[in-house]
Amino acid sequence: MAKSIVQEFTKGLWSEIPPFRLVLGLCPTLAVTKSVENGIGMGLATTFVLVCSNILVSSLRKVIPSKVRIACFIVVIATFVTVVELLMQAFTYPLFLKLGIFIPLIVVNCIVLGRSEAFASKNPVVPSTADGLGIGLGFTLSLGALGAVREILGNGTVLGMDVFGPSFEPFTFMVEAPGAFIGLGLMLCVMNLVGSK
Amino acid sequence: MRDMIKMVVVLTALAAFSGGLLAAVRDNTKDLIESQQLTFVKGPAIKSIFKDAQNDPIADRFKMMDGDVERNFFVGVMDGKPVGVAFESYGKGYGGDVGLMVGINLESDSIIGVGVTTHAETPGLGAKAKDDPGFAAQFAGVSALEPVKVNKDGGSINAISGATITSRAVASAATNVNEIYQRLKPQLVEKANSFGK
Repeated sequence: MAKSIVQEFTKGLWSEIPPFRLVLGLCPTLAVTKSVENGIGMGLATTFVLVCSNILVSSLRKVIPSKVRIACFIVVIATFVTVVELLMQAFTYPLFLKLGIFIPLIVVNCIVLGRSEAFASKNPVVPSTADGLGIGLGFTLSLGALGAVREILGNGTVLGMDVFGPSFEPFTFMVEAPGAFIGLGLMLCVMNLVGSK
Repeated sequence: MRDMIKMVVVLTALAAFSGGLLAAVRDNTKDLIESQQLTFVKGPAIKSIFKDAQNDPIADRFKMMDGDVERNFFVGVMDGKPVGVAFESYGKGYGGDVGLMVGINLESDSIIGVGVTTHAETPGLGAKAKDDPGFAAQFAGVSALEPVKVNKDGGSINAISGATITSRAVASAATNVNEIYQRLKPQLVEKANSFGK
């Protein structure tokens, strides 16, 4: 049993890492990864929602009637998203201002609903927690990595620190919307190359 | 029939639970959120209005009832004497409410300065109300006893080109502030004097 919990956790970090393997949750991926900080902040907010909603959904899985399960999941997810929104306003206000509308939009993030439906509603609490944590941290890593690529190329900085010095001409295209698609595409390509070996 | 009752009961219980949780979180974070907003949203506007103040206008604030609404007032002290109060009002902009912080000189009844706090105007057009200091500078010295108008409406404020609606919103927010000021002036003077040293 202990081994399978570790597996549930680690699958989110590589074999099912969102958004590269499960190509889900692309909206926040493309929209907020202008910098490492934004990417990681968004990822951690999503992780919190994923873990809490997975715990609650899996502990209620025997009570929730299957005909209204989606409505129940959405109520649970929406509640935790609002909790995250309030907590971010209270503790990390500047980050909240940058992420803006994308925090409430975690409600409609397919990853969160997908994990509730595909995993938490069929498994006990402990594996579901591990699953939520793994997928959430995988999402955070992906967003952080994509954010790093875009921030380094587009702005010449990482977490606000200069990497290349003043002679670097920023490739501003990368921090704009099309840069997100190209960055994501290149990273998917690298992931598939590495994975296929 | 039993199924139906179960569905209703489960969903109602879940909704009630999430309502309770949200109310609890909201109650506990309310003060923190307010102080974060003061620091990050209203703080810069207040500081730009009371540039030369010797006190911290954000710390020296008081609340007062205006009819049914409770408002926050910030006091600027110069040479040991409270020179002005700043407070916020809203005008209807192109993308929603535009918040404007206005500082008023208590002796000369004129505007010391203004700063846009929150807005959702178009970047590059309406957003200039916040980003272009030249626009806000026009409000300095305008009488606080009359409505503020943009030049198209026969007033003294030059509207931002291409953003008449935003400019009008700012002017109408300033007009609101002036109306509140005229209503509450005696109480405001009395309260502000208690911050003198």
